[in-house]
Amino acid sequence: MLDLFRQRLISGRATNAFPRAVEAPPPSFRGMPRLLEDRCAGDAACAAICPARAIVVRPLSTVGWTWTLDRAACLGCGRCVEACPNQALAVENVFQLASASRDSLRNSIVVGADVAEDDAERQRRILELGEKVRNQTSRLFGRSLHLRHLDVGSCNGCDWEINALLNPVYDLQRFGVDVVASPRHADGLLVTGPVTRHLEPALWATYEATPEPKLVIAVGACAGEAGFLEGSYAVAGGVDRRLPVDVYIPGCPPRPEAILHGILLAMGRPR
Amino acid sequence: MVREINRPLVDARPDGVFAVPVDQLAELTAKRLAEGDRLLTLVGTDERETGQGFGLWVVFLTPEGGVAQLRATLDSTEPRYPSLTPRVPAVHWDERELADLLGFIPEGHPDPRRLVLREDWPAGLFPLRKDFDPGRVPPPTRRDSFPFTPLDGEGIGHIPVGPIHAGVIEPGHFRFAAVGETVLHLEARLFYTHRGIEKLVEGRTPSEALPLVERICGACSFSHALAFCEAVEAMSGTSVPSRARWARTLCLELERLYNHVGDAGNICAGTGLAVGAMRGAHLKEKIQNLIDRLVGHRFLHDVCAIGGLRRDLPKGALDEARTAASVLREETGAFARLILGTDSFVERLRGTGALPRETVHALGGVGVAARASGENFDLRRDRPSEWYSGLAPRIVTQTSGDVEARLKVRLDEVDESWRLVQALLDAEPAGPIRTTVELTPRPRIGVGIAESARGALVHWLMIDSAGRIQRLRVRSASFANWPLVAAAVPGNLVPDFPLINKSFELCYACLDR
Repeated sequence: MLDLFRQRLISGRATNAFPRAVEAPPPSFRGMPRLLEDRCAGDAACAAICPARAIVVRPLSTVGWTWTLDRAACLGCGRCVEACPNQALAVENVFQLASASRDSLRNSIVVGADVAEDDAERQRRILELGEKVRNQTSRLFGRSLHLRHLDVGSCNGCDWEINALLNPVYDLQRFGVDVVASPRHADGLLVTGPVTRHLEPALWATYEATPEPKLVIAVGACAGEAGFLEGSYAVAGGVDRRLPVDVYIPGCPPRPEAILHGILLAMGRPR
Repeated sequence: MVREINRPLVDARPDGVFAVPVDQLAELTAKRLAEGDRLLTLVGTDERETGQGFGLWVVFLTPEGGVAQLRATLDSTEPRYPSLTPRVPAVHWDERELADLLGFIPEGHPDPRRLVLREDWPAGLFPLRKDFDPGRVPPPTRRDSFPFTPLDGEGIGHIPVGPIHAGVIEPGHFRFAAVGETVLHLEARLFYTHRGIEKLVEGRTPSEALPLVERICGACSFSHALAFCEAVEAMSGTSVPSRARWARTLCLELERLYNHVGDAGNICAGTGLAVGAMRGAHLKEKIQNLIDRLVGHRFLHDVCAIGGLRRDLPKGALDEARTAASVLREETGAFARLILGTDSFVERLRGTGALPRETVHALGGVGVAARASGENFDLRRDRPSEWYSGLAPRIVTQTSGDVEARLKVRLDEVDESWRLVQALLDAEPAGPIRTTVELTPRPRIGVGIAESARGALVHWLMIDSAGRIQRLRVRSASFANWPLVAAAVPGNLVPDFPLINKSFELCYACLDR
């Protein structure tokens, strides 16, 4: 018994300084790919090798092509970076990629032609929409958010990272956020996994048991798009095939700080 | 690929595949197991396109550490065969899975209910058959039903739990029949996270399949990648460079470490010992940070490659790891002494969820759960691959088979794994981290085996004449051990179930695929 007290006294402070300071991932961290436009030859070797079907290279009607990365689907496996014959892809060190807009996660770059006007307009609309969502959720959930975890078929990776948020280093509760035992006590759902056929009944039961207004946060590449599982008889795909999603947190799995960032975004907190 | 046998099996080459008549399969399997072989996996194949009907394969580990396989051919239209389960209970789930996914009919199986698929799935539609038409899959139902074993009588109450649980854990449904607080019978309904990955990789090349394979399970990702790559390397006769084998062994031990330490913390959480739970979670985080610095990923995804590793381990991170390993070994040791020295905690564990060795043996249990009941079996010693033969890992066993025994096996294995990690870091070989693997397209079979944190994990891989995957069967330690959980719970209190479950700490995703 005294040993337990002693342990508590000597263990000191473990909690990190997030979000004041965000620890950089290690040098070997492999984030999502970034296009080096001047090197891209449009051969689409990246799109061909991508196991998640996250990259699309599409020729434009006149000259040039668009290179699009869907961050909601990307696994960050780095195979595209290795496959590019022109070394036109670099690994991005960024990992806090959560967004309230599914569209803004599609990183589209026009190569060899002028950027179309409507694309800039689209970006502006997305930002405007994001601001609107932020104001609304901030009013409702800005100070405290209670979430229920809903696994709809995950590999357990995202689940373990959500668990990590409860460890002394990330200490989710200090933000007024907690993971609660029942959907009836929750303001929203933290969904992981690619909506398997066998979990649809549980998905509906849990969603319907959560009182309105409610948030849905899709955590990880399965809940986001599940591109690497496309074509399976047992999987419906990303969570937004079934439920309205408020925030997407890309990554396979997203690092704990990326999930924290996404949850704070859902609360309308980061400015 | 398959030789006919016309001589007794005792003369068989240890690594061979032997065709046997289907009505003798159960007897020959039971005989091999009685003579000291261990069951690795049971596989069903649809080889009708090449005129070989349906294949039913039983794969063994021989006492010499070789792989032996028996193959029986089942009828192309009516794949009936005498069930192996009455003689070999360890395959009871394998046979039910094959009935669901391939339409095999194990005659005389004691439990012919569905296992993987649900009741709303159409009869006669088998996803692993080559002529499977996904267009016939109906939309999923919004309501679930399952014929649980009826257990009624005076004073018997039923408690349904799940599939969504109060904690952040994977989905599974448990149905307790209890008299007061005491569990009479537990039935688990699993396979909720079934993603059809074995079907999805068919028709792909092994390298295309690898990123899917390592996402079967987040917490056993490296073990899956390693077993799969070893299967490909075995069938192509590749010898992997020594530095790659060294680095793979290091990764596998680090995966075991973060799992075991996290599991020990979760057992503390299961009893309400908050200090232990938080200490375990913090130590797990530190080990994952160490892994992150070495390979750039907290769960070792996309690290293993066919022929070695994708990238070399950076020198700076290896130097850091040498220091970190000795510090963390001290800290995990202190953690073990702290929790095992807390009497109120240990008393909760002692005698809880006890599993006799005979049950473990009959059901083919593996890993920590089996060793805690006295089964002295660990692939790192019994079929040393990669760098293990030179390391001589010490195999930890206990005899009481209860939660305490499973915790102690884990904690002792943590210390042993740190010893292995330190020995590896002190003996770093130079050389390339990867070799190219030539897979000239012709039909082949490869078996890859790894001792994951949860026990023996087997990947059985068949390649077709175009070099593409014809069949992958993944039998994880969780597949072997889930039936043990149901056997360990009756006679215990309902509130002890989470504790017993955590002491096994099986993956649902590993099982469900």
